Amino acid sequence: MIGFLIQRLLQAIAVVFVMSLIVFVGVYAIGNPIDVLIDPAADQALREALIRQYGFDQPLPVQYLTFLGNMLTGDFGQSFVYRLPVLDLILSRLPATLELALSAMVIATVLGIPLGIWAGYKPDAVSSKLIMGLSVLGFSVPTFWVGLLLIMLFAIELGWLPSGGRGPTQEILGVDVSIFSWEGLSHLALPAFNLALFKLGLLIRLARAGMIEVMSSDFVRFARAQGLPERQVVGLHVLKNISIPIVTVFGLEFGSTLAFAVVTETIFTWPGMGKLIIDSIMVLDRPVMVAYLILVVVLFVTINLVVDLVYGQLDPRIRTKGAA
Amino acid sequence: MSDVVLSVQGLATAFATRAGSFKAVDGVSFDVRRGEVVGLVGESGSGKSVTGYSILGLIEPPGQIVGGRVLLEGEDLLALSPDKLRRMRGARVAMVFQDPMMTLNPVLKIGTQMAAAVRAHDRVSKAQALARARDALGTVGIPSPEERLDAYPHQLSGGMRQRVAIATALLHSPSVIIADEPTTALDVSIQGQILAEVRRLADETGTAFVWITHDLAVVSSLADEVCVMYAGRIVERGPAEAVIASPRHPYTQGLLASVPSLHEPGERLPQVPGSAPPPMERPEGCAFRPRCPRATDACLVDPVIQTYDGERRAALCHHPIEPDAAWNTSSTSTASRSAS
Repeated sequence: MIGFLIQRLLQAIAVVFVMSLIVFVGVYAIGNPIDVLIDPAADQALREALIRQYGFDQPLPVQYLTFLGNMLTGDFGQSFVYRLPVLDLILSRLPATLELALSAMVIATVLGIPLGIWAGYKPDAVSSKLIMGLSVLGFSVPTFWVGLLLIMLFAIELGWLPSGGRGPTQEILGVDVSIFSWEGLSHLALPAFNLALFKLGLLIRLARAGMIEVMSSDFVRFARAQGLPERQVVGLHVLKNISIPIVTVFGLEFGSTLAFAVVTETIFTWPGMGKLIIDSIMVLDRPVMVAYLILVVVLFVTINLVVDLVYGQLDPRIRTKGAA
Repeated sequence: MSDVVLSVQGLATAFATRAGSFKAVDGVSFDVRRGEVVGLVGESGSGKSVTGYSILGLIEPPGQIVGGRVLLEGEDLLALSPDKLRRMRGARVAMVFQDPMMTLNPVLKIGTQMAAAVRAHDRVSKAQALARARDALGTVGIPSPEERLDAYPHQLSGGMRQRVAIATALLHSPSVIIADEPTTALDVSIQGQILAEVRRLADETGTAFVWITHDLAVVSSLADEVCVMYAGRIVERGPAEAVIASPRHPYTQGLLASVPSLHEPGERLPQVPGSAPPPMERPEGCAFRPRCPRATDACLVDPVIQTYDGERRAALCHHPIEPDAAWNTSSTSTASRSAS
């Protein structure tokens, strides 16, 4: 187990290192940010001075090594636009996105898995066909369009929920959260539901497919032959077997929701990371882009590590392989 | 040994397909007595497994039981409500399946699975359930059963897993265990051990077994009674020794003739020509007619079951083989029960 963890951590460090190189070179290739940053009317001397100040006159490898050295000490540089340390800037936006993504995942899981299990248990029932229709809508209708519809219906027509922004926050363990007040929850409801729809459709289909496969397996038949009540057949024998693909997709989806909730964040003017990165790309705020992408890599690597550890808990056959 | 625990009477199970409904099991009747092993023999598609599933009410759509009765100690299982039937399954009639790699849940410990089976019928604590599971594992000859409870199925060999499945079936001391080709997927040496174990269990505990198999060698070494199935019907039944020594139905004779162990090495094995008809294309009259060396025009009419030896034996044939015309009796009778 410890060996497995160490091995995975070394892999993770290698992935982060390689990604930092790709990201840095990629962003470097986009062009010189000085042209965007300074007044076009500035004279050549000022340009040269600034280029030297930011180190853009250095060759690429030198720039990269400087960046890498700084990164290892936790310094991702300063945002050109906000004049703030990039790490602080991103971390100040992280709780809002984390809150939104987590809420969306909770909604998708709590609704999607039971619905999918039902649809797989009774594949021919009318209710199951309705559920499957819902799931097709869930991941084929564009998120932004559903978002706009939600705002029109619930914020404008009915006036039940606010159309955007984040509610008041409280600081809990040093993190700003808004889910502990009605006001905060009412702000969260629409964007979280909007973001959950795609995942909801996906989880319904996964749970259903797994259910249909496992229900026809010999061990389910054997469990029935032992006279186990259906509730136990599903709860004890089936649930654990269908959870591996669900956990995989859950992890991937959670990662991509954190990193790319930008459409929903934009529509609902949610002050999260997605908006920050889009704004930064618009003005070629290089330090923010690089730091953000590396943060995304770290998030994905971490989530995948957790998913792998959960696999071991779910399937003993994977556990033995990991330990050996 | 005359107390009948399971009596299957005129059982018929049909499957609805796009091309119409067909009967996979068509009027099957047989009795099982306490402590007896009944071999249900037939080729693939003869309806022997469907018979087993029908007895437990485990037929799933598009399949449906369309006729007959299954009397377990006098109570008709087919007339019970789904919940009452569930209470019978595992408690009074249990089943063991073919592939031990597939019948145990790969992600649950043996103990968890067996304890769930105990608690499906009895309100006992988890510790008591595990204790009973451990005892059952001991009964089927599993060494250090305490440790096995904590093992996952993949940590056990195929033979061990099948013993676990049998132990699970035994948990509630059922009157009858239906065993659907439980040794087919195992090595011959392991198969022999399991067969000996089952014979011992039947003799010592009085549990009856319906042993579904395509392997006549297994039947000859294990079963008291044998039912030979062809195209959804029992074509011959009787005491295993007698049926194997002198088959009455030409199909039984053909099956026996193609058992390799009953022949000299190098000798050419006789075969039953042709193959079993798909259920949708069963011929009129006797279903075995197109493959039968004794068929005549009389076989265009459905044969009626005929009994012999004071109802101890029966065959479904217009031209049953006379006992003296049966092939070499001396060599088969020695093979019949040598392993038990």
